[in-house]
Order: sequence, then C-alpha cells, then structure tokens
Amino acid sequence: MASTDTSVDAPGKDGSDLAGLEAGLDALETVESGRTPLRTTLVQKVLPPVTAVALVLVIWQALVSFGIVDDATKLPAPADVWGEVRTAWLQGTLLDYIWTSVSRGLLGFLLALAIGTPLGLLVARVRFVRAAIGPILSGLQSLPSVAWVPPAVIWLGLNNSMMYAVILLGAVPSIANGLVSGVDQVPPLYLRAGRTLGATGLKGTWHIVMPAALPGYLAGLKQGWAFSWRSLMAAEIIASSPDLGVGLGQLLENGRNTSSMSMVFLAILLILVVGIAIDLLIFSPLERRVLRGRGLLVKG
Amino acid sequence: MATTLAKAADGTETPVAHAARIEHVSKSFPGPAGQQLVLDDISLDVAPGEFVTLLGASGCGKSTLLNLVAGLDRPSAGSITTDGRPALMFQEHALFPWLTAGKNVELALKLRGIAKTERRERAEELLELVRLKGAYGKRVHELSGGMRQRVAMARALAQDSRLLLMDEPFAALDAITRDVLHDELTRIWRETGLSVLFVTHNVREAVRLAQRVVLLSSRPGRIARQWTVGIPQPRRIEDSEVAELSREITEELRGEIRRHGQH
Repeated sequence: MASTDTSVDAPGKDGSDLAGLEAGLDALETVESGRTPLRTTLVQKVLPPVTAVALVLVIWQALVSFGIVDDATKLPAPADVWGEVRTAWLQGTLLDYIWTSVSRGLLGFLLALAIGTPLGLLVARVRFVRAAIGPILSGLQSLPSVAWVPPAVIWLGLNNSMMYAVILLGAVPSIANGLVSGVDQVPPLYLRAGRTLGATGLKGTWHIVMPAALPGYLAGLKQGWAFSWRSLMAAEIIASSPDLGVGLGQLLENGRNTSSMSMVFLAILLILVVGIAIDLLIFSPLERRVLRGRGLLVKG
Repeated sequence: MATTLAKAADGTETPVAHAARIEHVSKSFPGPAGQQLVLDDISLDVAPGEFVTLLGASGCGKSTLLNLVAGLDRPSAGSITTDGRPALMFQEHALFPWLTAGKNVELALKLRGIAKTERRERAEELLELVRLKGAYGKRVHELSGGMRQRVAMARALAQDSRLLLMDEPFAALDAITRDVLHDELTRIWRETGLSVLFVTHNVREAVRLAQRVVLLSSRPGRIARQWTVGIPQPRRIEDSEVAELSREITEELRGEIRRHGQH
C-alpha cells in the first residue's frame, strides 16, 4: 500500500491528461445517426400504402367487371368516377369545390387554435378552472359535431358563420384537451430544473411548460384538424343553400339529389384525400420535426 | 460577485462568512401514521469555497435537505440562509430536450437577465470550461451520459451562483465516466472557487471529492459524524489514503444502518 502513486497527479500533467481522456470517452460514446437513404424510405414508407390503394382499385374494378355488383347506381366503375374528376377539372369547378371547403376548414381551424390554446392552458394550469370545466371539455369530445348543426342553423342561419361555429365546437375541445394532456405529461424534473434556473410563473409557462408540452399539443392539433374537417363536412351536407357556394359536402349532397353515384364517390374521395393531404403536408412533418429534434422518433 | 451580503431579518445587510447556513432544520411529511419526521434538527454551515459531501444510506433525507437548501421546499422548523439562489444539479441531467446543448446553457443566462448579445459568447465559454467546445449545436439525445452531465454542469455554472448543490449527479454513470467526472468537478471547483454541497451514498466518492464529509443517520436524518478530509487534491479514488478513510466511514455507516435492524 504505497502512497507514492499520488505524485503522478501533478496538476499540470493532470490537466492535459484529463482533456485527452475526456475527448476519448466522448468519441467512444457518441453515436452518429445519419439519415436513411431515399431508396429505403421509398421501399419502407411509400410502397406499402401504394400497394394497398392499388389492391382496393383492383378489387373495385373486379366487382364491376365480373358483374358481381352490376348496378351502376350502387357501385360506379372506377373509370366513371375518374370521368367525373376529369369533367369537373375541365369545367374548372374541381378546384373551386376543394378550395371552398379547404379555405373554410383552415380558417375555422385557425380560429379554433386561437381559442383552444389559451383555454387549454387555463384548464391545465389553474386548478379551479380545471375542476370547473375540465370534465365538460373532455366530455365534449365524444359528442358528434353533427349534433351542433341544428342549433347552429337556428342561432346563426344558413351562412358561413354557422359553419365556423360548428367547426369551433368540434375542434376547440380537441385542441384544448391535447394541450392539457401535454402539460400533464411534462416530467416534474423539468419543472424543478426550471424553477432552480428561475423560470417561475409566466416565465416558467413560456420557457418550460409550453415547449415541454409541445408533442401532446401537436397531437391535439392533429386531432383538432380531423375534427374541424369532419364538423365542416357534416355542416356542409346538412346545410346546403345556393348562396353558400358548393363545397365538398354540398357536392356529396348534390350527387345524392341527382342520384349520381359517381359524383357521390368523387365527393367522398375528395373529402378523404384533402383530409389526408393536410395531415401529411402540415401536421405529420411538424410532428416528425419536433420528435426528431428531441430524439423521440424511433426508427422503424 | 465580489460582495457576499445577506439580508438579515431587520432588513440590514451584513457580511456573511458562509455560502449556506442551515440552522436547526427539521422536516416532516404527512405519512400513513401521522407526521413522519425525515430530518431532525440539522445544523450545518458551508463556508465560501468549501466542498462538503452529505453522505447517508437511503432514507436519511439527504435529497430532502438539498431540496430545502435549493428553496424547492420549505423546512417544517429552523431556517436556511444561502448567499443568493443556489444552482442545483440532479441525478438525471434534466437538460431540456427541445433545446440544443448551447441553448440549454443560454436559457439559464437569459433567465438571469443577461443581454442577448452576450449570451452566445458566455455559453461557449462555459461549454469550453467543461471541455465540450464543439457541442454547442448538439441535441441532448446526441450526447453521451457523461457529456450530458457536463452540459448540466455548464448550465448550473451559468447561474453564477456562489453555491452549487449536487444531488448524486454521477450515480447513473458508468464507473469510468464517473471517475473522469470526479477529476473534472475537482478541477472546476478549484478554478471557480465555488462552494459545493454534494449528496451521495457512495463513501469513496464522498472522500474522493470533499474537504468535509458529513454522515447522516437515517429515519430521521440527523448529523451522525463529520470528518475533515486532509488528503491533498488531486486525489484518486484508488488512493490508499482515500481507501483508508473510506473504510473508517463505511464502518460508521454500517453501524448506523445496523441500529435500524435491532428494533
């Protein structure tokens, strides 16, 4: 048990040794994560859904071709629906239908965002408010937004405000609830760390709580968009009036009134495609970005 | 931070000779059988620039005491005064994953009211101090466990407190990394002249780092014994003097633990 080996640790030598040691440890323990090559993305992410859609089209065509369903008023051929798309495109009405609904949907969603965010924050952070309206807010989510159409028509009449009212009633609870659950899931450690750094009160909400709750909030926004879109379609189908312009919901209703099954199919297809496209183009990239930045995205 | 002044009860400012003064502090929590006493009449001073480790088995309330000093909780009785708001490091790095390493450090500066133009430079300096010069733009998940704790140390140092509280900050690290971080902490402590109050259940770690080791007994936590560690720094955890003192303290600690099995 000689204690002479302590003399090796002369201060100067120790310093440079430690720097090298640390650099070595850091290099050994750091894992570089690269991006997946395009080919892999195509095979893993694009191919499966394309295959699924192709399969549905094949079955659909087969049902018509082999006369399993040979009533065109029940099931139109894919070609007929495609013809409907072409006609609407050539008449220049296709984009009008889409734009009428999408502009309403997005504006309504932005309004819902502006109302749902402070509301959610209030419910999440103020105990009295949570006890008062928290349960109602989550209960409202299970109320189908189509139920709001009749009262909205009576209150506001057949106009755009009524559409926005229905969207708000559908989407605000989702957005607020998303934020509430996002805030609830913030690890207490972040709050403690924030407090020791001096982030209390509004500063704490802004610098710690909001960014920490962002993933839950984004999930709420995603659901909020889905609810906005669904509510709007319900409103458009039920409340059609000539001065409202033809959106996708009205297109669907028009197809029913004129017994044009291919128009009905076109409308349903467009509603679906627009809903998915907005999610794919806006919300999914946003969510991926946030999760990747935090290392929460598991590579599948 | 040239002046060390504390506000006395009558509002006058008097010079203080301690970084933290813990006076007759007790803490109890509501338990299944009424109030449960966790800390019992703890009195402890940490001098400016002193490195003190609080050592104890589980249930001795050492983390509770640290939370009280950090101001995250209030004592049931007694008083705690510190020279400014202390910085606190946790067992988990507690870095914010939505910010880069550099921005984590900058947030601490921002919350202190440092001007935007100064923050970047100051953050780079602090990262350099913990020898993570190139890590400014790195995301937290891209860093290894040891690097995360060093960023957390840089963030704590960014608070410019005179007192650094550490709650088993190296307990979750592998032995090699922990050993390196012991050297690192000793170096930074000596360079900055900070006071450190370091909580651990690892006897050798306590002896390796501290000028003074305070042993707490368990349930309720009381100060059982203190040792002044005279071994010159830099020490190594495998040094024979460290081992010798560790053996002595371990014996004492075992005695404390044994008492709990006797009734």
